[in-house]
Amino acid sequence: MSPVVYLRCLLGIVEREALRFVHQRTRFLAALVRPLVWLFIFAAGFRAILGVSIIPPYETYILYETYITPGLLGMILLFNGMQSSLSMVYDREMGSMKTLLVSPLPRWYLLSSKLLAGSLVSLLQVYTFLAIAYLWEIEPPPLGYLAAVPALLLSAVMLGALGLLLSSVIKQLENFAGVMNFVIFPMFFASSALYPLWRINESSALLYHIASWNPFTHAVELIRYALYLEINGQSLAVVTGCFGVFMGLAVLGYDPGRGVMARRGPGAS
Amino acid sequence: MLSKLLAAAAFAGLLLAAQPGHAYTIFVSNERDNTVSVVDSETLEVVETIDVGRRPRGITLSQDHSKLFVCVGDDDRIDVIDTETYEVVGTLPSGPDPELFVLDPDGRYLYIANEDDNKVTVTDIDAQKIVTEVRVGVEPEGMGISPDGKTLVNTSETTNMAHFIDTDAMEITHNILVGSRPREAQYTSDGEEIWVSAEIGGTVSVISDATRKIKHTINFDIRGIPKEAIQPVGIELTEDGKRAYVAMGPSNRVAVIDQETYEVLDYYLVGQRVWHMAMSPQEDRLYSANGVSSDLSVIDLEDGKVLKSIPVGRLPWGVAIKP
Repeated sequence: MSPVVYLRCLLGIVEREALRFVHQRTRFLAALVRPLVWLFIFAAGFRAILGVSIIPPYETYILYETYITPGLLGMILLFNGMQSSLSMVYDREMGSMKTLLVSPLPRWYLLSSKLLAGSLVSLLQVYTFLAIAYLWEIEPPPLGYLAAVPALLLSAVMLGALGLLLSSVIKQLENFAGVMNFVIFPMFFASSALYPLWRINESSALLYHIASWNPFTHAVELIRYALYLEINGQSLAVVTGCFGVFMGLAVLGYDPGRGVMARRGPGAS
Repeated sequence: MLSKLLAAAAFAGLLLAAQPGHAYTIFVSNERDNTVSVVDSETLEVVETIDVGRRPRGITLSQDHSKLFVCVGDDDRIDVIDTETYEVVGTLPSGPDPELFVLDPDGRYLYIANEDDNKVTVTDIDAQKIVTEVRVGVEPEGMGISPDGKTLVNTSETTNMAHFIDTDAMEITHNILVGSRPREAQYTSDGEEIWVSAEIGGTVSVISDATRKIKHTINFDIRGIPKEAIQPVGIELTEDGKRAYVAMGPSNRVAVIDQETYEVLDYYLVGQRVWHMAMSPQEDRLYSANGVSSDLSVIDLEDGKVLKSIPVGRLPWGVAIKP
């Protein structure tokens, strides 16, 4: 098939995602309010808590709100990744998923396009958040905003792939509350988004190990380093690897011959 | 691909960060390590560590910048360091327990506060001799000299006074009660005001040189920091008479003050227990010695940002800069 067809398909999916985004402006605002609440209210109580040590990639002492900003960017990506999994389940229940999957293009391509479309919308939210945070005196180096784009995109597709994988397993829309409880919260709290790993290690070695293995930790660290013009090689490897694994499993999960779609029988939608 | 992109961005960032250099050298006295750290202004790294006598605190350069003088309190002397070879090349007599000193504007004398002996000693640098001494209050520390060299101001930590000394007669002419535990005295560049910090009082008193009276008291209030942690010590005043910087001790902040209106404009977050500071020759950067966190914070005064904190020796106390 010619690349034009591939491109047309990608643009179609991006357009559809963009339309959804435009039509659901409240969703955009809601997704923005969440990290802002953390920044303005939660961080207020811990303002000077990290003023006692220098944590790479920072070269000097920072306030807590500066520390949690990359974590909150990760939060936006995480919630959006999961929300897109919700929309997948919804699409499936409504039957529009079938329309997508009957396309002659390969399944992995369709799912990747969907992922990319969702991630681009996430980036819009991330940069809106960063603009507001700038007014709150969270000022990474100007080039950091540019350097963070690939890190944000990679993290977004990794978390999106996880959502995709989950959506291939979840049978009903109602189960999204479960995703909230069992995926989003543990991933967010057991990570370096809110506290540096050394501080977690002080209170619990077990939690420290869990957090070190948490892909979300690495997404946050990848973004944090990129925002300050550095590369965290380990995090880059973990995020890339996780993306590969999640995506592979998701493609399998959506394979009518094998995955859950098949187990549910030919009539399942 | 991604890593290449990131690397390119990081490289571009480095290029931007390396600004056209006015190279100079920063010296930091490390009270507990008995050393002086030498920091390069362009790489912002420690390039040399010089062993000196015990308990180095006050640190200043000779008028021609060829020598660095360091008060080594527990050895009761001043160590003299060659600023090219970074070697101790001699000593000067100082009287007992020298803590802080000031060079007279002609570069001939050092006025030295003898913390344990309640006096100010005057040492002739070339003759390497003590010329005279003046009795002052208990625990003298802060030393300020008027631009014309005619008036010396010493503060005594326990007496809570600023003593004005006529340098011709070497006699105290005025005693002014200031905030509790005064630590440093600095003349403004026009010689009209003397700024005195009070560590326990938590204030900076601005004294008029003409009337020898306090004309204004500056108070500090840092969001989220208890009042008792606000302990002003080091003071730096810009030549152009616009800005003043005050190190706030255990509140880990440096206050930015408008020299004309006395309004506190901002606070910079630096390392722990910041005491003394020095400004770059262009007055575009400020370096603060952070005692407890054992580092030197570099503040970009144009952007109003703390750039970096560089680990130096233990308990860094004073900073001097050679253009």
